[in-house]
Amino acid sequence: MNRRLLPLTVTIVLFVAMAAFGAIRFDGFLTLQVFLNLIIDNAFLCIVAVGMTFVILSGGIDLSVGAVIALTSMVSATLLNAGWNPFAAMAVVLVLGAAFGALQGFLIQRFNLAPFLVTLAGMFLARGCCYLISTESIPIDDATYVAIAQARIPLGFNASLTIGGLIALLVVAAAMRIAHASEFGRTVYAIGGGETSARLMGLSVDSTKIGVYLLSGACASLGGIVMTFYMLSGYSLHAVGLELDAIAAVVIGGTLLAGGVGYVAGTLFGVLILGIIQTLIAFDGTLSSWWTRIVVGALLLLFCLLQRLFEGRAPKSP
Amino acid sequence: MKRFLGHALFWPAMALALLLVASALFNPSFVTLTWRDGHLYGSVIDILNRAAPLIVVSLGMTLVIAVRGLDISVGAVVAISAAVVALMIGGGFSATGEVHSDNPLWLALAAALGVAAACGLWNGLLVVKAGMQPIVATLILMVAGRGIAQLLTGGQIITVYYPPFFTLGNGFLLGLPVALWIAGLLWAALHLVLSRTALGLFVRSIGGNPEAARVAGVRSSAITLCVYTFCGLAAGVAGLIVSSNVKSADANNAGQLLELDAILAVTLGGTALTGGRFTLAGTVIGALIIQTLTSMIYSLGVPPEVNLVVKAALVFAVMLLQSAEFRGLVARMVRADKSLDGTRR
Amino acid sequence: MNDPAIVLRARDISRAFPGVQALSGAGLTLRAGEVHALMGQNGAGKSTLIKVLTGVYAPDAGSIELLGRPVAPESPIHAQQLGISAVHQESHLLPNLSVAENICAGRYPRRAWTRGGGIDWRETERRAAELLASLGIRLDVTQLAGGLPAALQQLATVARAVATDARVLILDEPTSSLDADEVQALFALIRRLRDKGVAILFVTHFLDQVYEICDRMTVLRNGRFIGEYACASLDSHGLVAAMVGREVAATPAVEHVAQEREQAARPPVLAARNLSRRGQLKPLDIELKPGEVLGLAGLLGSGRTELARLLFALDARDTGDISVDGQPAKLDNPADALRLGLGFCPEDRKHSGIVADLSVRENIALALQARMGLRKFLGLAEQRQIAEKLVAALGVKTASIETPIGQLSGGNQQKAIIARWLATHPRVLILDEPTRGIDVAAKQELMNEILELARGGTAVLFISAEIDEVVRVADRIMVLRDRAKAGELPGGANEDAVYSLIAASQKA
Repeated sequence: MNRRLLPLTVTIVLFVAMAAFGAIRFDGFLTLQVFLNLIIDNAFLCIVAVGMTFVILSGGIDLSVGAVIALTSMVSATLLNAGWNPFAAMAVVLVLGAAFGALQGFLIQRFNLAPFLVTLAGMFLARGCCYLISTESIPIDDATYVAIAQARIPLGFNASLTIGGLIALLVVAAAMRIAHASEFGRTVYAIGGGETSARLMGLSVDSTKIGVYLLSGACASLGGIVMTFYMLSGYSLHAVGLELDAIAAVVIGGTLLAGGVGYVAGTLFGVLILGIIQTLIAFDGTLSSWWTRIVVGALLLLFCLLQRLFEGRAPKSP
Repeated sequence: MKRFLGHALFWPAMALALLLVASALFNPSFVTLTWRDGHLYGSVIDILNRAAPLIVVSLGMTLVIAVRGLDISVGAVVAISAAVVALMIGGGFSATGEVHSDNPLWLALAAALGVAAACGLWNGLLVVKAGMQPIVATLILMVAGRGIAQLLTGGQIITVYYPPFFTLGNGFLLGLPVALWIAGLLWAALHLVLSRTALGLFVRSIGGNPEAARVAGVRSSAITLCVYTFCGLAAGVAGLIVSSNVKSADANNAGQLLELDAILAVTLGGTALTGGRFTLAGTVIGALIIQTLTSMIYSLGVPPEVNLVVKAALVFAVMLLQSAEFRGLVARMVRADKSLDGTRR
Repeated sequence: MNDPAIVLRARDISRAFPGVQALSGAGLTLRAGEVHALMGQNGAGKSTLIKVLTGVYAPDAGSIELLGRPVAPESPIHAQQLGISAVHQESHLLPNLSVAENICAGRYPRRAWTRGGGIDWRETERRAAELLASLGIRLDVTQLAGGLPAALQQLATVARAVATDARVLILDEPTSSLDADEVQALFALIRRLRDKGVAILFVTHFLDQVYEICDRMTVLRNGRFIGEYACASLDSHGLVAAMVGREVAATPAVEHVAQEREQAARPPVLAARNLSRRGQLKPLDIELKPGEVLGLAGLLGSGRTELARLLFALDARDTGDISVDGQPAKLDNPADALRLGLGFCPEDRKHSGIVADLSVRENIALALQARMGLRKFLGLAEQRQIAEKLVAALGVKTASIETPIGQLSGGNQQKAIIARWLATHPRVLILDEPTRGIDVAAKQELMNEILELARGGTAVLFISAEIDEVVRVADRIMVLRDRAKAGELPGGANEDAVYSLIAASQKA
């Protein structure tokens, strides 16, 4: 039992240690708002990483999420500027994102293509479509969007959460429920544990595989919507490289890249760790932004090596 | 004829030829070659010159893919190599207005290539010794590498003023661009090594069935390490060409998305993504297809960004054509059509 | 015809694949409360028939009746709903999930919607525990399946298959990765299910197991129904004759005596002292002398393959000193083994023998080239010459030496892999199940090649599950049991002597 929770424990301990380091090192670090900001500033990353968790649990990967976010922001901005009802626009981009993901999933499942390649091409396609809409940044001045962007939910202690942050937390909660207690979620774990065996058990492997990419696409477009709240613009170059951050968050969150083992809660902490690295670097003030990348790379290495150790010690499956 | 059609390079070469013909139709000046100042000029030469870094990187990627690997860090390694060479040359203007270099040029080039090869070796060690999946192992350097390059350059674009360095990306030798010579020589050298030594057989056996190769006594790990190191080295060479061409090192943008183009070039050339079968000539053709497409889109006046959509369509098409399931589906549909015809008669 | 015990009757089943008629008019009748063996050589159509019954393939022709009603299983799930469950060779538990979840996956108990409607984990565990208890299997259902020994995993897999009130249970090679005690545990479960009235179809290559557990058997050959027999009325010779379609001619044993004396004097070419690996092989000594064939016998899981892999350094040994020609040798990886003059034909040809995409020539040249290293290159002409010579010498049937080896039949692939090692002129050749999955005639040829090789001075370690083959070809026989050496017998020992060594522990 403990073995299963080991990677998650490492992640949480790491987060607490980093927070403790920040609290000792910097004044004003240990406030509720600083920690809420980790969620607020990384709300879209969190949502995308949750979708990515399911993909990785199933043994796949989705490189298209960053581009889908950008495309979502572009389509949202264009529709809003054309006078659409903001909620109708949101519904449209959500359906678009889900359909985009489902199409990728279909290609992967039906033609047995490598997920890495299909979603790579999907990434090209989504970015390219952004440029087809416009190469310029499109500002959003829709009243509802601005209101949502500025809304704050007070939580006491002089702290507050944005709508985007709230959505991210809700997504995490829903995803934990799906992963733990739904037929779909358990089939995702089963596929990650062994696709052939899962198929022979009579589990609905095919539809679940497509569903995983559909979910990831939907999460990416929801993340895109949250990002437009945050940025109030649509731009082709939004979220460049976000897929890497999302994968890093999932891996640092303790999910095995080989699939089958991991927790959505771990991904939340993975996102928080990425966020706290940036916050620590910002508080320090002397370190440059590129240290973020280097530290994230180092953490990725650390966790991948840990995973190898973990796999090595796990009893051999037949 | 059948042998010709069945040749692995037939379809890639055909695609390239079609693209070239289309380019020439849209833009008649495309085919003109002029001789000026002892150099050859023209759109075709331009394409070859611009394709050189991609060809170089793709050749390294071909071997990595052939041993069932993947290297998505090549873009970052290009940036690191460019940063190292720019830093080593450094320098500036002396009192007399003369441009000098902090280190001898050969040392700067060697240092950049050495660092790039070390990056490749690092990837190889993670794959072979730590047993990581190639995507994951190289993802680490992909994320961290650009940060390292930015660290080296201090986040600035470093401009190089030392003219001898510009030869790599802008110079001409015997009428042809130096970059093209580099790519050509690398290809020739690689071809020789693969056909005149056992490396080709080993690479194909490791890619075809790693376990069988191990049982047969092939030193798979040593060869896989070499292949990743070579891929890093190739990315380093590309970094030199790129930075020499633009006379600067831009840690943020040098080699951006190059890993994807390289994988695309390898795939277009007909190398099996599942490992084993590979073709260097196909990869060169694949890289040329990508560059021709880019140039064609530029010359048509379409926003260059549309290129991405076209590339995406290409990847989808090639993937589907390589998929046994897809071919089976098409074959069944064709057969169903025929049998339908039969019943009608 | 209207035997009330009949649960399932398949008639005239045909199924073709591109280029192969896998089944042509095969049939099968299963009765409640009976264990029925499906027998046939590789390629006889057993797997295809099972897959037709479980809805993986649709038959081209023929009918299936379940309890007197015609049925047409469309998918494994559909077959399960009809009451036909199967444990395939590839069926494994998912190592990353708990035992309880493995048993209930796909049919989880749900909570009431008022309580969230999610999966009820407590009920899942209760049901799984209850099912296992009813089958006499005792284990903690909350632990990860990956942590269980292979035997318990297999039992849990069977439990999962019968959890849906199966009327028919198909077991495809369920014992292939189990040792003797574990097989008994599985048989106990099979008997319990049989007594509950389940009709069980048991597919295996182990003849002794058939006679131990089965009541009747159906023999297939080349996709055709050969006959249904009561186990009591057909002995193993008759069964083998039915499977291969002719009387198995017993080949005369080789003259051993003269050779033996000669060999005793020679020093061993390869010797290992105290060789062991935790969980795979208990410490033992082994010696191979030039020109001798050492037969290695033992049941599956007795440590045969493990010993071979340790000798060739495919797996790292925990203890053991290896010497070649009396000199201590560094032997830490297959490349070392190759350098020292060892060769190894692995048991799993497809997975670790052939490189399917490469030509016969390249496959043959591979090991020799690996020994020569990168710098010395075996030119194309030399490769051709070597390949041509060996292909002719071993009688490998191939269109050309440039044909991809994947297109050859199993026996010819096997010969080509042996050719790969002959090209290196090995001093020691380890053959792990070289005769598995190839037809009788090819087997005979192969055995002759092995003897020929030994006469040329090579030391051969011959591993086979078929005791009669070992007895026929070996100058000396080493018997393994429970991952340790059980004893050694001289060449020409009779099969019963070998069996009694193998079986000693089961009786004790």
